[in-house]
Amino acid sequence: MTASSASTALPHPMSGAAAPKVQREPGPPAARHGAGHWQDKLFEHVTQFFALFVLLLLLAILGALTYAALPALSKFGFSFFTTNVWNPVTSDFGALAPIYGTLVTSAIALLIGVPVSFGIALFLTEMCPAALKRPLGTAVELLAAIPSIIYGMWGLFVFAPIFGDYVQPALKSVFGDLWILGPLFQGAPNGIGMLSAGFILSIMVIPFIASVMRDVFEIVPPVLKESAYGIGCTTWEVVWNIVLPYTKVGVIGGIMLGLGRALGETMAVTFVIGNAYKISASLFAPGNSIASSLANEFNEAADPIHRSSLIALGLVLFALTLVVLACSRLLIAQLAKGEGRKT
Amino acid sequence: MSGAAMTSLYRRRLFVNRFNLVASLATMAFGMAFLLWILGVLFYNGFTALSPTLFTQMTPPPGSAGGLLNAIAGSVVIVGVATFISTPIGILAGIYLAEFGREGWVAPATRFINDILLSAPSIVIGLFIYTVYVAQVGHFSGWAGSFALALIAIPVVVRTTENMLHLVPNSLREAAVALGAPMWKVILMVTLKAVRGGVITGVLLAVARMSGETAPLLFTALNNSFWSADMDGPMANLPVVIFQFAMSPFEDWKSLAWAGALLITLAVLIINILARSVFRQASVR
Amino acid sequence: MNETGLMSRPTVAASTLPPSTPKMTIKSLDFFYGKFQGLKDINLEIAERRVTAFIGPSGCGKSTLLRTLNRMYSLYPGQRATGEIRFNGQNILDAGVDLNMLRAKVGMVFQKPTPFPMSIYDNIAFGVRLYENLGQREMDERVEWALTKAAMWDEAKDKLKQSGMALSGGQQQRLCIARAVAVKPDVLLLDEPTSALDPISTAKIEELITELKVDYTIAIVTHNMQQAARVSDYTAYMYLGLLIEFGETDQLFLKPKRKETEDYITGRFG
Repeated sequence: MTASSASTALPHPMSGAAAPKVQREPGPPAARHGAGHWQDKLFEHVTQFFALFVLLLLLAILGALTYAALPALSKFGFSFFTTNVWNPVTSDFGALAPIYGTLVTSAIALLIGVPVSFGIALFLTEMCPAALKRPLGTAVELLAAIPSIIYGMWGLFVFAPIFGDYVQPALKSVFGDLWILGPLFQGAPNGIGMLSAGFILSIMVIPFIASVMRDVFEIVPPVLKESAYGIGCTTWEVVWNIVLPYTKVGVIGGIMLGLGRALGETMAVTFVIGNAYKISASLFAPGNSIASSLANEFNEAADPIHRSSLIALGLVLFALTLVVLACSRLLIAQLAKGEGRKT
Repeated sequence: MSGAAMTSLYRRRLFVNRFNLVASLATMAFGMAFLLWILGVLFYNGFTALSPTLFTQMTPPPGSAGGLLNAIAGSVVIVGVATFISTPIGILAGIYLAEFGREGWVAPATRFINDILLSAPSIVIGLFIYTVYVAQVGHFSGWAGSFALALIAIPVVVRTTENMLHLVPNSLREAAVALGAPMWKVILMVTLKAVRGGVITGVLLAVARMSGETAPLLFTALNNSFWSADMDGPMANLPVVIFQFAMSPFEDWKSLAWAGALLITLAVLIINILARSVFRQASVR
Repeated sequence: MNETGLMSRPTVAASTLPPSTPKMTIKSLDFFYGKFQGLKDINLEIAERRVTAFIGPSGCGKSTLLRTLNRMYSLYPGQRATGEIRFNGQNILDAGVDLNMLRAKVGMVFQKPTPFPMSIYDNIAFGVRLYENLGQREMDERVEWALTKAAMWDEAKDKLKQSGMALSGGQQQRLCIARAVAVKPDVLLLDEPTSALDPISTAKIEELITELKVDYTIAIVTHNMQQAARVSDYTAYMYLGLLIEFGETDQLFLKPKRKETEDYITGRFG
């Protein structure tokens, strides 16, 4: 029939030893058991169950915390968020100071952290010699892996004294008498306080933001950059005018990631923020963040209203994180829409 | 434009370029300097406090010598149980999102919520477990600590599992389906297997994250100055011990805190390095 | 060289073969990707133990047509087919059809070689284990048989425990063919099986196809006309979702009935 090679499956009953070894057709397939349909359905349902578990988790967290915060919230009402008082003895609580502390330290962390991260990402993608790229990139990621309690300990025992002895007096002498910035730099330079906490926080968030920025900078198509270089742009101009706009979605995402981290960070802040329910203009003053209040007081709080107020603080923190996340998604959706690209 | 103006514009651009590149180099140096400083301080203080008694004696009362044995053991148990709980949940949910998530609302909603949980402050997770578990049973416990850590790990595992499964080309799935394999076999024996290196990396990273967390244990496992083998009571663990000892005024406690900090950091760094090398070996082709 | 410039074929023209019955009969087949219609009123027969090739320019629907034959499209919501495809006495487009059993009888090999992340042995055993409970020795025999059928046994017999992904591209594709053959289907669907391979591997696989058709009904999609001419007995020329012409390969290439077919074959178009 057809011009075929010796490996046909037709049996050669006469050839015996002359035929290649496996010539006889293996027997007909045994009774085939059908592959499971109900097994597929079961598998899908099991995995769906766990997906729903994750979904319900969030609702459970919101629900449980709200329920536990109700006693405090119903006692103090909305003024809980606007009053600055924290008196366990008279059972009078107002969350303004910790909220202020959280916002200020996070703002400082971003103010310092975002430009530095940008610089690091720029360096790693445009300037770094190829041999150093991986080790330095890994080093940045190592910074992210260091547990936050180490930042706290380093902050308290090593950084704070130096900060208080050299940096703070310098800041005070340079800015202290200025009309606008002056009030930010008043008070005793003892190394702890809002500025210290914010600074240490910035060191903590830099690796996160820098990693994300570096990752998105790397996937910019080379042709895009080459066409800019091709008309004579300098490296900086290419990054500022081409790379950054192209990656703005990822960059924003990275910044929001860092912000979320900064808002919720406990250990790095608790050691150096000073644990004082005060709001003052000076960044040298001690204060409290939501996380540090919780860490310092929760286990000692005997009064149910005290406990409930602390849980209400936790709820505020969670709500803040949610707001940040929602804003970043909205921002990203807006930006992507503007470019005609769906998220 | 006249030749003179063009040159000065050009010079300005060059200056801006150089300035910013130098600034970027400075930020890199800034970052590296702090990394080296922090690690240096940690290693110096930690290694000087290292001694075999760390692993043979329990946490001491202030003023006497001791070790960290109960804390180390407790941490290993709490993180271990948390890993055991979170890994299957995370992987299965990740499978659902990647393989069954094409229609319906469950997958997009879960993905969104998973992202939220990923950035949830860990202290809030601790509060949550406190209100629903610790307050209900009336005492702190190692179980509560494990639950809190598991809740922190699950979003990480879900995210990495889903991302890894998305990397598998459809042609591989189709090849298995074309043989008549049922979906669950395709997923478990072909698709998941193709990216198992990446999934394991995700689990390892989650373990590293759990090992370094203090806040969620503050209100759940609390701490125990003695050997605690019973998970149903307050359980000694490294992070909370470090926190207590570091904030105290006692020198011997502070040096133990440094030793503990070193141990945790080394564990976290080693797990990270392990995760990277596992991932490099077994990636999807 | 004949007048259309195609290489002469080593195999005999289909019309001199003993007559063949249709293994799969396609009637009034329409296919939709959402609102877009990818196939329009396709009618043709896939002859048993012959090679039927689907050719046509990109986007004509040839792969779409192939993928209806094993209901692969059912994996994806939004893709659907209407009409009839008769195979072994039933319409495989019906809702109640057992898809896994269908795919046991209608196997598929893809354009990109897709070895599973397991050893060569397990790659082949995987499909077999879905349906049959073979003892160790019987499984060994089946693996050897399948690899031999795919002309891979000599190359693979010392590497059975090594990963399937450690093979070269051409070898991986022959592994995929062995894997498909091991479950003993009636029909083999080949979706551009050599487009990702070098010419030598391509030639080996084309030779394999002519051997396989002794036992299997084969449908092959190819964008390489010369390959269709070399390898197939029947050819279907498609364009924009329509079946323009279908007939014995010799006749279609030498004396196409439709001008569109002739334009495509002579390279005036596509």
